[in-house]
Amino acid sequence: MGNMRDMEKLLGRAARADVSEAAARATGALAERAAHEHLLDVAYTTLDSPVGPVLVAATRRGLVRISFGALYDEESVLADLCARVSPRVVEVPSYFDAVRNELEEYFHGRRTRFDLPLDWTLTGGFGRRVLERTARIPYGEVSTYKEVAAAAGSPRGARAAGNALGANPIPIVVPCHRVLHSGGGLGGYGGGLDRKEFLLKLEGAI
Amino acid sequence: MTPPPFQWFLDQHRDDVYRFLVAAVGTQEADDCFQETFLSAMRAYPRLRANSSTRAWVLTIAHRKALDSHRARRRRPLPVAEPPEPRPSGPLLSNGDPEPDAELWSEVRRLPGKQRAAVALRYAGDLSHDEIGRVLGCSEEAARRNLHEGLKKLRSTWET
Repeated sequence: MGNMRDMEKLLGRAARADVSEAAARATGALAERAAHEHLLDVAYTTLDSPVGPVLVAATRRGLVRISFGALYDEESVLADLCARVSPRVVEVPSYFDAVRNELEEYFHGRRTRFDLPLDWTLTGGFGRRVLERTARIPYGEVSTYKEVAAAAGSPRGARAAGNALGANPIPIVVPCHRVLHSGGGLGGYGGGLDRKEFLLKLEGAI
Repeated sequence: MTPPPFQWFLDQHRDDVYRFLVAAVGTQEADDCFQETFLSAMRAYPRLRANSSTRAWVLTIAHRKALDSHRARRRRPLPVAEPPEPRPSGPLLSNGDPEPDAELWSEVRRLPGKQRAAVALRYAGDLSHDEIGRVLGCSEEAARRNLHEGLKKLRSTWET
């Protein structure tokens, strides 16, 4: 049928075979099995939105991280989740149907509150209290750094509250964009001030 | 020191592992072995040292899953006296014309375990003898011997 050299040449073709499609298909079912065996610690995907790509990540407990706008950087967000939550970080687009729907409704002005479970793992101490307080500011309304600081138990902690809001791991859903300067200025926003303004206008707050 | 996000590890080795498994167990069993491999990898992953060779590590797991699959297949009752070798469903290991390669690789899958793995790792995985030794848990010399024996047997069927 052939000689030795031909045979080795034929065998060697396998190393260059393009299996990416079949491998991708096999990978699709992997997430399902990993979740079933409680191995999927952090799932993530990237969604499109009017404010640009939004990276969303969730643990078994709920939404743990959202990144978009000026801070959007998939590589550093994944590295951070890996170091602070678990190295078992896997891309699973199918896990985010509810998140995708709720965000879509929100951006179309058809949703005024999110019904998504949250995982507060990436927060702690005073910062967490500030963010929990912020999560209760209703759609279309605003508060100030001073007010959320006071509500979190530190009336003079406006600056610290600002830092906590700047480090908000779950922006949009935990609406740190609703916190402004007491003087009336917009204050700061990790995702970029233009995005803060966009969200506030969407909600009819300004 | 924690390893990088699992997704990066998966992206890096996905195709290599799949290619090796198609070579070692065939297209029908490859998907299941592939998932078993990465589930095992995921289980052990947080304890993986960041500086170890992840390619040899994941192929070692894949090799064990391939052996399990062959053992399971041998234990399975055979429906007919002369079971036909399952045909590959698509041109997976050859680009374009699958015929001669498919036959050749089904011959590879009839080799004894270590020889089969050595051939698959060498030609589908493009591993060096030293790396094959590490995956099979033997010396470089023994890996070379397994590969040589495997090729010799293949040649005897191939050249007739």
